[in-house]
Amino acid sequence: MTSLTDPPKESFRLGMLIYDTRYRSLTIQIVALIGFMIFAAWLINNTLYNLAEQGKTIGFGFLSDTAGYDINQRLLDYNSQSSHWRAAFVGLLNTLLVAFLGCITATIIGVFVGILRLSNNWLIARLMTVYVEMFRNVPVLLWIVFTMAIMIETLPAPRAFKGDDPQASMVLFDSVAFTNRGVYIPEPLFSRGLGDMPILPDAANPDCQLNEAGEVGDSCGIFQINIDLLFLVLVLGASLFVSGRIRKRADRIQNETGDRPNTMYLRLGVVILPFVAALIALGFHLGYPELKGFNFKGGTYLRNSLIALWLALSLYTAAFIAEIVRAGILAISKGQTEAASALGLRPNRIMSLVILPQALRVIIPPLISNYLNLTKNSSLAIAVGYMDITGTLGGITMNQTGKELECVLMLMLVYLVISLSISAVMNWYNERVKLVER
Amino acid sequence: MNKTVFVGVLALAGMSASVAAAGLLDEVKTRGKLNCGVATGVPGFAAPDANGEWQGFDVAVCRAVAAAVLDDPTAVEFVPTTGKTRFTALASGEIDMLARNTTWTFSRDVDLKFDFVGVNYYDGQGFLVRKDLGVSSAKELDGATVCIQTGTTTELNLADFFRINNMEYEPVPIETNAEGQQQYLAGACDSYTTDASGLAATRATFEDAAEHVILPEIISKEPLGPLVRHGDNEWADVVRWTLNALIAAEELGVTSANVTELASAAGNNPEINRMLGTEGTLGEMLGLPADWAVKALSVNGNYGEIFEKNIGETTPIGLARGLNAQWTSGGLLYAPPFR
Repeated sequence: MTSLTDPPKESFRLGMLIYDTRYRSLTIQIVALIGFMIFAAWLINNTLYNLAEQGKTIGFGFLSDTAGYDINQRLLDYNSQSSHWRAAFVGLLNTLLVAFLGCITATIIGVFVGILRLSNNWLIARLMTVYVEMFRNVPVLLWIVFTMAIMIETLPAPRAFKGDDPQASMVLFDSVAFTNRGVYIPEPLFSRGLGDMPILPDAANPDCQLNEAGEVGDSCGIFQINIDLLFLVLVLGASLFVSGRIRKRADRIQNETGDRPNTMYLRLGVVILPFVAALIALGFHLGYPELKGFNFKGGTYLRNSLIALWLALSLYTAAFIAEIVRAGILAISKGQTEAASALGLRPNRIMSLVILPQALRVIIPPLISNYLNLTKNSSLAIAVGYMDITGTLGGITMNQTGKELECVLMLMLVYLVISLSISAVMNWYNERVKLVER
Repeated sequence: MNKTVFVGVLALAGMSASVAAAGLLDEVKTRGKLNCGVATGVPGFAAPDANGEWQGFDVAVCRAVAAAVLDDPTAVEFVPTTGKTRFTALASGEIDMLARNTTWTFSRDVDLKFDFVGVNYYDGQGFLVRKDLGVSSAKELDGATVCIQTGTTTELNLADFFRINNMEYEPVPIETNAEGQQQYLAGACDSYTTDASGLAATRATFEDAAEHVILPEIISKEPLGPLVRHGDNEWADVVRWTLNALIAAEELGVTSANVTELASAAGNNPEINRMLGTEGTLGEMLGLPADWAVKALSVNGNYGEIFEKNIGETTPIGLARGLNAQWTSGGLLYAPPFR
């Protein structure tokens, strides 16, 4: 452009905005932008006007008020005297929990079903087709409600476990109880535990004073981190790191000499032994659920609402993931299989070493959108009474305070942030598994 | 030019808002139909019968208002609402009035900007349990799993009750009465809690109703009544005085059987005359025809008749009048004078 020596000296006229092709597209865009802004301004103005007409104001102060209601599944310390903020946060953690569990389960089921649907075994392939078509073509809300109804109606109530000759009994050496209120499983306990670490403790809180056992109360700090868990994660992380170094060393020796030293027992030992030692040091034992009063006490309680939601969301999304996996595998040319086969690889190794790694780059992008779908679908939780963030902030809090606009805006923001975070992580992973072209 | 468009849009927005603020009474008359919010299905209070016709104690209030305003008790569009959706439906103008066993509380009246026009049922929150659970008092429910309708005052009462009594419980939030019933009957919750009248209504539909008992503790005051949006006092007056007419009619002995006869000519009792429009201009003051109360009363009769027909002791729900008797018989019902 700099080489243009003789620019036209024609003066600018207003008509050129429409008739001159150099400016026309710009004019159209600006007009469209103004139109859009007017529309947005009208929407906002209309909202504010109508809210004022109803005598309502916009404000988020209500969030620090006492919530007044109880939530059954709490990953944080919460009671009815906590604030709406905290209730929303407890709900958020429940949303994240079911989304996380759901994504993992859906991926595992989906990959298996997708591969099995391509099986040469006629029966297995057809069965998988039936599964995929059944789940994909029925609304997920129906699956959620259906799963819950099955749990409630078919499993025994805790009452059935009572008496000398109970109608129902616990399974797996009396350690797991399947009831229509949920499943009770043994919980890990540590007799020489390290306790909890409060984050941002408030010295004025009486619960933050050390008791006889040298521990603080449950409500101390914004939330508490279990030091036992932290310790075990650190030990496991360190072991895995060492194990990785051993593998690298084996790779190096293989590259230098052509022989690969057998490292399997060494690596297993490095991972398992320190972990077991840590468990023993902490005094690990299991706490078993026991029927006391109305319900089972002790053990970990997986509520029927969580299980129904988790199962239904996983099975539903897995059907979509299965199709994505199948499409990814079919996208790899048959020549790859044949070449691998000619090299003498067995079918399952061809799948895991040759086909799947190449198929991943086709699979990952649509997989991301299915993870997002699962997360957003988890807002159907209220159908089974699972208290996710839609149930707390968008349900009870909204209903008790009457702040519809604020609550819904916050909900939208929360789901937006969750979805964008999942996208970011998965896009990063996608970059890593992408075919590197030279 | 853009500026004029902007101002025009603002004016338009203002106009559409002011249309919505115009008198609801006129709007209902022009529309020829009353939009009335009711429960999604509580037997005796609001539930469709075998023919799909809505029947019940709360439904009768809607029909009486429709008869008074539109001279047609069937000109009602019933909008089923859940505990969660009811207030949004009313605030947004989707419904003209809400008659859905809704508790009159300070924050709903003041903060949520609604007007409660009166009380048509004095209720309290109770607990329903199976007899074979061996529980005789709500204070023995420590550790129990309790089903509760989400988005109701009962949710907050329950939290308070267990906290004050230093007991633990496991709340199971449910959306509708039907879900609560299903979970309770399957044993997924030990107890179902809501207003005692609702519990009685729900229990009446059980196959083994005798196996269930409502615990003696009533843990809250729940004055239930119809409500309208705040700010339209003319409309609020119409609903309020229709309800009062139903209550006063029972006190004055006006029934569905004798209302036409009493309204044909002025009688001895001046208050009956004023209410039925044979004397004075009360109807005109409300913006309704003189015989508005006659029409409201000829649908299902007076308050007592509506009570007996839908939820009274002769029905499967079998509620005694209790607090809901006239003040002259020791109850709390006390309609202001028609004067």
